[in-house]
Amino acid sequence: MKLLDKIFKLNGGIQTETNKKVSTKNPIKSLPIPSELRLSLRQHIGNIAKLKVKVGDQVLKGELIAEADGNISAAIHAPTSGKIKSIEKLLIPHPSGLPDFCVTIVPDKKDQWIKKTPIDWKKIGIEETNKLLLNSGIVGLGGAAFPSHLKIGNNRKNLINTLIVNAAECEPYITCDDMLMKERSKDLIEGIKLVQSLLGAKETIIGIEDNKPESYEIISKLILKESNIHIKIVPTIYPSGYAKSLIFLINGIKISKEKLPPEYGIQMFNVATIIAIYKFIIHGETSLSRIVTITGNVKEPGNYDVLFGTPLDSLIKDAGGQKIKTNTFIMGGPMMGFKLPSIDVSVTKTMNCVISAEPEMIDNKKEPLPCIRCSKCAEACPVSLQPQELYWFSKSDQFEKAQNYNLFDCIECGCCSYVCPSNIPLVQFYRYAKSEIIAESIIKEEADIARDRTDFRILRLEREKKERAQRNAERRAENTNAEKSKLIEEKRAEIKATLERIENNRENE
Amino acid sequence: MFNQQSPFIQKAPSVTLVMILVMLSLVPGILAYIFFFGIGILLNLTIAIITALIAEYFILKIRNLPIKLFITDGSAIVAASLLAISISPITPWWIIIIGTLFTIIVAKHLYGGLGSNLFNPAMIGYAVLLISFPAVMTKWPLPATHLLDFNIAQQLEVFFYGPKGLIDSVSSATPLDYIKTQIFLDKPYELNFSEGMPIRSYFNASIIISLSFLLGGIFMWFKKIITWHLPITFLVSLTLISLIFWLIDSSLYLSPFIHLFSGGTLLCAFFIITDPVSGPTTPKGKIFFAFGVALLVYLIRVFGGYPEGVAFAVIFMNICVPLIDSLTQPKVFGHE
Amino acid sequence: MLTSILIILFLAIIIGLVLGFSSVKFKVEGNPIIDKIDSILPQTQCGQCNYPGCKPYATAIAKGDADINQCPPGGEKGVRALAELMGVDYKPLNEEHGATKPKSIAFIDEETCIGCTLCIQACPVDAILGATKQMHTIIEKECTGCELCLSPCPVDCIAMEPIEENAENWKWKYPVYSISTIKTKVNH
Repeated sequence: MKLLDKIFKLNGGIQTETNKKVSTKNPIKSLPIPSELRLSLRQHIGNIAKLKVKVGDQVLKGELIAEADGNISAAIHAPTSGKIKSIEKLLIPHPSGLPDFCVTIVPDKKDQWIKKTPIDWKKIGIEETNKLLLNSGIVGLGGAAFPSHLKIGNNRKNLINTLIVNAAECEPYITCDDMLMKERSKDLIEGIKLVQSLLGAKETIIGIEDNKPESYEIISKLILKESNIHIKIVPTIYPSGYAKSLIFLINGIKISKEKLPPEYGIQMFNVATIIAIYKFIIHGETSLSRIVTITGNVKEPGNYDVLFGTPLDSLIKDAGGQKIKTNTFIMGGPMMGFKLPSIDVSVTKTMNCVISAEPEMIDNKKEPLPCIRCSKCAEACPVSLQPQELYWFSKSDQFEKAQNYNLFDCIECGCCSYVCPSNIPLVQFYRYAKSEIIAESIIKEEADIARDRTDFRILRLEREKKERAQRNAERRAENTNAEKSKLIEEKRAEIKATLERIENNRENE
Repeated sequence: MFNQQSPFIQKAPSVTLVMILVMLSLVPGILAYIFFFGIGILLNLTIAIITALIAEYFILKIRNLPIKLFITDGSAIVAASLLAISISPITPWWIIIIGTLFTIIVAKHLYGGLGSNLFNPAMIGYAVLLISFPAVMTKWPLPATHLLDFNIAQQLEVFFYGPKGLIDSVSSATPLDYIKTQIFLDKPYELNFSEGMPIRSYFNASIIISLSFLLGGIFMWFKKIITWHLPITFLVSLTLISLIFWLIDSSLYLSPFIHLFSGGTLLCAFFIITDPVSGPTTPKGKIFFAFGVALLVYLIRVFGGYPEGVAFAVIFMNICVPLIDSLTQPKVFGHE
Repeated sequence: MLTSILIILFLAIIIGLVLGFSSVKFKVEGNPIIDKIDSILPQTQCGQCNYPGCKPYATAIAKGDADINQCPPGGEKGVRALAELMGVDYKPLNEEHGATKPKSIAFIDEETCIGCTLCIQACPVDAILGATKQMHTIIEKECTGCELCLSPCPVDCIAMEPIEENAENWKWKYPVYSISTIKTKVNH
């Protein structure tokens, strides 16, 4: 273990009240298997998973329910044994509040595992291991849900020499990674060694914020014997846990929006994802559960180890229910999370925290004033953008100008809205502008395809006309006059016969 | 009003709080003014603030905007106060009203209201008054040499009845005005302001008032309302430019010390160029802006036709702000 | 006096030569303005503008035969973009050519379809799959919603279904908070 002193300074960012102590008082709690599990088919970035079961099927714990569709996709597995009750559109945890396809399983309480097959990755090689990872259901459990096999598979093209483990957990209120490190640190270290070998990296650096002293102590003791795993403390500034910010804080490399960390020899994983990969390869257990923090306006905030698909209301009930009834729940942290459409949703792979909203959080009475150009937002932006310019252009629908000012570099962290004296909801304007620009570009692509098809159709019709004219000319040239009149006579006889047939049919009716 | 989405937590002083803190930072300067020049400034402030609030109320009604929300944001009060402080304490009351009406109605609301004004509203009001009423605007009262040594009755008479013959006995020129007039009339002048000269007592008053504004400015910086870029760059640039000229010929040009502590230099550095709405938004832009204002202030003071150049310098640089902003955009994270 | 006339004459000849030379050397093939207009048009190929497709309409605008406000699928946004490109004033959509409707996709009722291929021949982007006496179906991704297949169908089995919002194509909405009671130019 070696403590590297040099931390680079992030430009911007904000210091908030972290509110983390309330949910770390008690250890991680497990709940009994609920009466129903509702699994959404779209829990990851990429294509929706392809169903492989139908209503009425019996499934075992860990059995494949839906497989990955293509390379950028992930699989869904049954979190426990039971019967498929229904496949229909239900409410999912999504800011739109629109329903999407979900598979409902009724557990049979036997919790029977499918045959677990640990993977001897050293024997079968990395390519084969990656193919197995494709249907392991493992996605980034830090909240981004990027399929993990793509991150491990990247090694073919580039040489990864550093693995960075994201233990920062910079958003206020969220403590699931912190509790994971306190209670399952041995699994974490073994997982780090495994992933490091899979990637072919030479060293690992764990990035942790300075508000987690106990986890730091536990981890540092365990890595004393390891020569190429180091741990580095970064100051508690939001958003130091954002992937590119953390990479910059640790080793000073600034990665721009178009490039990815592997091009610089770096790969980053969240602590929970590493443990999931470890369990899959060494124990043959697919990704079936995760740690969720329930905090905020509840009587007993804490962390829960729950199966995917667990209904949210059972979690809130176990946490004692809301102290002040607001009926609003925020998924994610208070800076980047979104309001859940209702409490009738279930745990997904991206649900790292649910905050029961306190009345100040959803106070709609703070009216926004016009922008006074104070530039506090520009001082706070971790990507060094000019949020006030982006705001003026997004507000007036001048999307081209907004893109000139690098609108898509915005990571929607919320630092700008946090410091705005006029209470302007800046991030909402950027989200609106980004979705409008993306929708417009999709429409333009479709219009281009339609134009090509129209042009091709006109070409095709002309070609057919030419071919027909040519054929007619050839046929005319072949036939002599005598043969032509004979053909005409034959045709006339045929028509007469058909007409007589129709007359007879009509008389018979 | 709107569907609140992330972020759900916020910790920022509201616009009203920022304006209140700015008013608090002006208090040391106002007290120093009262000590040396009498209660004229309080009368100015009262008339200006009342006119500003009434004008703002009527304009908001005409523009169909929510009145309570915008009157309580305090920006009209701050603009009117800055104008009132920049004007001489013995100005007649109608001049202040005209100036305030121009500030609020023309310079602020006709350009779009809060956050949309192109020029610094207080400076527009001051410039309009300076050009329209040049004689009255340059008359400043004789400073007191010890406490309570001023004639309230005479000052009130000037305030209500306007400048008459009385004014010469209660007023004098400011140091900068004195130098300018002497140069213009080709008379000899003493650059060092030695003790015993009547102008020296004026300059002493100026030093104390400037230091009070400096105190207010440091309070604002401490409370993170302003950043260091604008005031420090302005003061350093002004010092350097005046130093260069003073070293070339110290008999023709005033020393940097006199430039820094006379006129409205420190008021300008901390309160006028730091107006967020009409100023630049990027750190590098702020440095260019402050340097430009310092250069223009010096040029107008020394080579121009007016004794004090702050108002016109600030207005001129306000025109350049959009260009400065677009040329000094900071490098985005990761971009080359 | 004479020298100034000669100088001006000389300058005029030089400039004329330069212009003539560049008009030959830097000549642009085709008419780029038609392509620019066509890239603004929505490519629905519906014919509501009274021209048989978007390219003919673009050509008519470039020649000056047609007005810029005859395209309902392009909507108000399209008219504004055309006005900016052509340098003319914006005018609202001409009601005679129809109203702007939300984007819909055609759907063939398979129970009723008789396999006559009349709709296949009518579709301007070849978005209908089928053959004589075989089932016809609409390729959803290619359908532009032009409605040209509705009238040729002898059994009236084609209907237009608007595209509804789902979790995949959902967009963030404009954060509405109005502080003034005056109507704004753009409707969200």
